[in-house]
Order: sequence, then structure tokens, then C-alpha cells
Amino acid sequence: MKLETRASPMSHPGRQTVIPSDLEAARRLQEEIEVLVRTAFEEHEAFAIKMAVEEALVNAIKHGNQMDPEKSVRVTYTLGPERFDVRITDEGPGFNPDDVPDPTAPENLERPCGRGLLLIRYYMTDVSFLDNGRTIAMHKVRNGPK
Amino acid sequence: MSQQPRRRRLEVEDSGDVAVVHFVDKKILDEQNIQMIGDDLFRLVDELGRRKILLNFGNVEFLSSAALGKLITMNRKVQAVRGKLVLCNISKEIREVFEITKLDKLFTILPDEQAALQAF
Repeated sequence: MKLETRASPMSHPGRQTVIPSDLEAARRLQEEIEVLVRTAFEEHEAFAIKMAVEEALVNAIKHGNQMDPEKSVRVTYTLGPERFDVRITDEGPGFNPDDVPDPTAPENLERPCGRGLLLIRYYMTDVSFLDNGRTIAMHKVRNGPK
Repeated sequence: MSQQPRRRRLEVEDSGDVAVVHFVDKKILDEQNIQMIGDDLFRLVDELGRRKILLNFGNVEFLSSAALGKLITMNRKVQAVRGKLVLCNISKEIREVFEITKLDKLFTILPDEQAALQAF
């Protein structure tokens, strides 16, 4: 029988916050989320969530808001007993995720960028884009298949 | 964006003619940080003329896709001077990042420093 080594996670009421288009602000928020996630998820799942949140925040700040200090990023997250949900919205022009070239195609393999979405989709249980791509909504189920 | 102080981000030691690079940071992320790590790596080739470079990831617990971009550029630079770049001591989680992105096909990745040094 497998021993349970981690206490059952408490539901987190969630938090909604707005950060400036500043990677240092993203770093602080990322650390806050990481502390929360580690209370409920195994090491490899916490790594997965950290990767997805990192890539989505950088996308929102760099590609969405183009680092414009006048624009903000809205982040909402909740930790339930079985899953972590996060929604990140930027104030950029939006984009079509289908237009992003496959970074694993041989002709793109040596391109220095364009891997963020691939990693997000791999690591999270479900990912969707709303509001013309300005919002990414994703969640990861605890002990999920990925 | 706040300026980060210029500090040492790489430790470089010689093993014969191979430059063995250890990353100081456990987490390789943040645009500015990655930029500086990239600059320090590129300097090994562009200014110091190193041709054989081994990157030891033993200390690294996390890296983002922006860091992968710098490694790709570094690989190109080393190839342009007919050198060799080898990666080693990569954690299971980070190894998976290379596999998802298929960059494990682009880079030479070996389990430990001893095996990596023998690849030059």
C-alpha cells in the first residue's frame, strides 16, 4: 500500500491580482503561486505548473503587452482539492494560437523562440484561449495523466 | 524594468582544452538574467576563442523556454567555429523539457561530466 506522504490539500479561496508589464512583478507572483502549489502537488506536478505559469506570464508581458508599462496583466488563480486553475489576461491586440508555428518541426527546431505554448499545452491538463487570445485559461488536475 | 546587478552567473574551469561551465543559479529564468548568462556564454566563443564547451546543469533546477533560446544560439556559435558543445548532469524534469521541445535531437546530452568530457 502506498503511504500518503502529503497532507490533503486545503482548498484555496483563490486570488485575483493585477501586475504591471514587468518581469520582476511576474517573478514575485510566480513565487507566491509556487509556494501555494507545493502545498498540494507532487514535485513533478509543481514543476509543470511553474513552467506553464512562467511561460504564460512572459507571453502576456512580452508578446501581449509588448512590455508597455501602461498595460497590465490580470491573473486569477484558485487551488481546489483536486486541481489548480489559473487565468492570465493581457491588454495586447490578441493572437491566434493556431498561427504559432510548430517549434518541433525540423525547419523550426533551431529557432531561438516559440516554445512557450508547446510547453504550456504539454504540462497542463487543459488549456484554452479566450477573448481573441488575450486570455489563457488553464488548469492542472492533481495526479493527472500528465 | 529594474536593473539587476552584474554578478557572476557562470563558473568556468578548464579540463584540458574543454571549458567546463557550471551555472551559479538554480533557476535560469527572467529575461535580464538569461540575457546576461547568454552574453557570458557567447563571450567564451567570441572573445576567449573557446571551441570545446561543456555545460554542466548539475545545479540547475528550473529553466524556461527563453533559456533554451540562448542555448540554441550558443550551439550555432560553437558550430560556426567548428567547435563542440555538450550538455550534462541535466535533471529528470529539465531533460523532459528538452525532449518535449525535441531539442534533445539538436544537442549532445550526456549523463555526467566524465562521460561528457570523453565526447570531445
